[in-house]
Amino acid sequence: MKYSVDDFKSDQEVKWCPGCGDHAILASVQRAMPQICEELDYTKERFVFVSGIGCSSRFPYYMDTFGFHGIHGRAAAIATGMKVANPRLTIWQITGDGDALAIGGNHFIHAIRRNIDINMILFNNQIYGLTKGQYSPTSKLGKTTKTSPFGTVEHPFNPGALVLGARGTFFARSIDVEIKLTQDLMVESAKHNGTAVVEMLVNCIIFNDRTHAEFAEKLVRADRTIILKDGEPMIYGKNRDKGLIFEDNKIKSVTIGEKGISEKDLLVHNAKEENPGLHSMLIDMKWPELPVALGVIRSVEDKTYNNNVRDQVINAREHAQIKSVDELLRSGATWEVK
Amino acid sequence: MSHQVIDSKEAVIRFAGDSGDGMQLIGTLFADASALFGNDISTFPDYPSEIRAPQGTIAGVSGFQVNIGSGSVRTPGDFCDVLVAMNPAALKSNVKWAKPTATVIIDSDTINEKGLSRAGFKSDDIVEELNIGHLNVVFAPITTLTKESLKDCGIDSKAVLRSKNIFTLGICYYLFNRSSDSTIEYIDNKFKKLPQIAAANKKALRDGINYAANIQAIQNTYRVAPAIVEKGLYRYINGNQAVAWGLLAASEKSGLQLFCGSYPITPATSILEELSIRKDLGVKTLQCEDEIAGICTAIGAAYTGSLAVTTTSGPGLSLKSEALGLAMITELPLVLVDVQRAGPSTGIPTKTEQTDLNQALYGRNGEAPIAIIAAHSPSHCFDAAFYAAKYAVEHMMPVILLSEGFLGNGSEPWKIPSLSNYPDITPPIIEESEESPFQPYKRDPETLARKWALPGTVGLEHRVGGLEKNNNGSVSSDPLVHERMVKERAEKVARLSNYIPNQEVIGSESGELLVVGWGGTYGHLYTAVERLQNEGHSVSLAHFDYIFPLPKNSEELFGNFKKILVCELNSGHFVNYLRGEFPQFSYLQYNKIQGQPFIVQELVEAVEALL
Repeated sequence: MKYSVDDFKSDQEVKWCPGCGDHAILASVQRAMPQICEELDYTKERFVFVSGIGCSSRFPYYMDTFGFHGIHGRAAAIATGMKVANPRLTIWQITGDGDALAIGGNHFIHAIRRNIDINMILFNNQIYGLTKGQYSPTSKLGKTTKTSPFGTVEHPFNPGALVLGARGTFFARSIDVEIKLTQDLMVESAKHNGTAVVEMLVNCIIFNDRTHAEFAEKLVRADRTIILKDGEPMIYGKNRDKGLIFEDNKIKSVTIGEKGISEKDLLVHNAKEENPGLHSMLIDMKWPELPVALGVIRSVEDKTYNNNVRDQVINAREHAQIKSVDELLRSGATWEVK
Repeated sequence: MSHQVIDSKEAVIRFAGDSGDGMQLIGTLFADASALFGNDISTFPDYPSEIRAPQGTIAGVSGFQVNIGSGSVRTPGDFCDVLVAMNPAALKSNVKWAKPTATVIIDSDTINEKGLSRAGFKSDDIVEELNIGHLNVVFAPITTLTKESLKDCGIDSKAVLRSKNIFTLGICYYLFNRSSDSTIEYIDNKFKKLPQIAAANKKALRDGINYAANIQAIQNTYRVAPAIVEKGLYRYINGNQAVAWGLLAASEKSGLQLFCGSYPITPATSILEELSIRKDLGVKTLQCEDEIAGICTAIGAAYTGSLAVTTTSGPGLSLKSEALGLAMITELPLVLVDVQRAGPSTGIPTKTEQTDLNQALYGRNGEAPIAIIAAHSPSHCFDAAFYAAKYAVEHMMPVILLSEGFLGNGSEPWKIPSLSNYPDITPPIIEESEESPFQPYKRDPETLARKWALPGTVGLEHRVGGLEKNNNGSVSSDPLVHERMVKERAEKVARLSNYIPNQEVIGSESGELLVVGWGGTYGHLYTAVERLQNEGHSVSLAHFDYIFPLPKNSEELFGNFKKILVCELNSGHFVNYLRGEFPQFSYLQYNKIQGQPFIVQELVEAVEALL
């Protein structure tokens, strides 16, 4: 079935602040939906958007699909129940850095560990927006906020590192303003069987403006980020003259043509590599030492929890000795009173 | 000493030993044998929360009490006729449950310096120290006899010692003139692949029986005739199994897949275990990362069209509170099973109580009334779970089913019902909408239930969630919309009273005193009231299964008695709730908060004091 972008826009007024990065992500997701339906032969009624609490968690109201706005931190658990109960549905979890990594941290890692086939879009603005500006688990060390007037004294999480720690099978990253890249990542995420986490670096114009600006700003973005593509050499830069090599157990940035470096010396991205070692290094790259990695960083195949459960049930039913509750009640030790 | 056979209507046996001694097992095997013989039975496991507390100490003592009768048995019995104590600690902590005429069997090999000091005895004369000279104490060298019995079986000494309980069971079979056939069948089945162990256990059982027959120390043996019960096929069932099976029955009747999201917690865990075996009946179970995920996965499953269940005990109910509110405001069917235990906080996890009622009634933020049903006996857990599921699904709302550790672990014979005698369950699932766009909170005029529009259904896309909404499903913070929706949701729960049965009274419909109870105290209250009625007192019993809403005739019924005495295993949750519901009556109360069930005698005395 062919769909247009408008088929996925609900009649509800979008109530995010003007200039909020969430608008761009909504647009990217709505644009990706018709493409996903076409490429995977999905119909619209199979989509469920589920969220927790926070600015980004209003997202399901703006999609003309089935939607469930849950409670703080629990979207991963609600999404897990949906997918295990009905594996035919395509579940999209919308969450933020507070929702997924603070109050919902436990559900986040366990959904990933189980490899539930859901798509998690993690809106990371490094701040609590809906409660008006307190630090989050991804706020930079020393960040001054309403609850850290002297600066935070705790290290932030890197969401991708948590995904790898939980033996995640898919991790991708984009920036709110990268509408086309985000759209492509949504399609890749949909195609992945298993928990697909897409970290969206998003700007909160009111409480944490320009938090990602040093590499996300349009003028510098090409030189300070790298879009990884599976099977392609790691090249970046406005002039496509920079690349990444592996030397002294580290990833290093080099300039092609300098010091005898040519394109064939560069690392070639392999998102399908089971060993998470290099993926971990790519996820950890920070400007100014290295460009920030975008694109699909990891995408490996593994069995999903939901399919394993479904198969156990199918198998048990095929070999069932007991086929009804009446039979069950009469199984085992019974006695007749005459 | 002359041996006497006592014909008895009822006999109670209590097994007590270290938690590693296998008391729960032989208690169950003894109950099985008695049930197969045709006795009515009721059992009560009384065990510590530590899996293996230090050997030989009071803290490590695990008990299992069985009441067998030739008439209706409704409680595990107040005091026992036979007490089996596998060590001094077991004797010391359990002798208070022995009748003055009881026979006590103790493993005399354990009465040594170590055993005595661990149990805190000051001397080696335990009879004197416990002041139990009036009891028939049989000192049986069970450890030595078991070793001797199995010395040529070719099994190692650890396995030999593990068979002590089976030897002891043999002694008990002699005492109660029981057939050991069902136990032999159990042993053969359990050790199918270990024929040596099977042979050893069977020998220990036989030698236990023979030993008891040969010694002269046993003064009394007991004969309890089969009970005269309704014809039909029977089985033995515990409350947690009955909950699981009742939910399975509801799944079959409704045509909905059963989904259980849960987290292990004593004493509810075996419901999850039982459901996880039943993949052959299409059940999906999810052992979650925590209690909150247990209920949240169930809510997700409910949204997509499953009969969704989450199971827990007290502390878990606390953790699930916020999500219960979500299930309530999204108006999704959900059954929450709370097998209550002694609280607060971790409390005494393995002991029984009725102290979660206030939490079930009031324990949520905002206006969040949730229907509550209570199970009153192990086998009644089946019906209670079935109807909790039926009402949840048909009325599109969460229902809390309150069970108790006493019911979950206790067991009794059960006349197996046929599912054809249970009503249909009709989920309000819709395939298409009458209006466009679909209005998720449009209500049925009778029940006030909304329709269930499942993801995957063309044209029914809609959003629900924890934010207040208008009936058309759009988010609203309009003050009047909020008030209307709050009232509609409350009215929906209240209207359940149009669908539940009227409250029955055991005894006269009017009189001097009405005993009121709810939940797992039924057997004790029934037995006490029956005894009082036989003594000629004007006492009746109203035992409530439907807590919220209450049956419609409750008010009228209370008006027919001069006095009302509400008995419960808490500080007065139900009585205070009744005071709020029907303030025109005055209520007396009898409460016990010891982590133990009522004793029939104390109830009889409490009522007599008021007559």
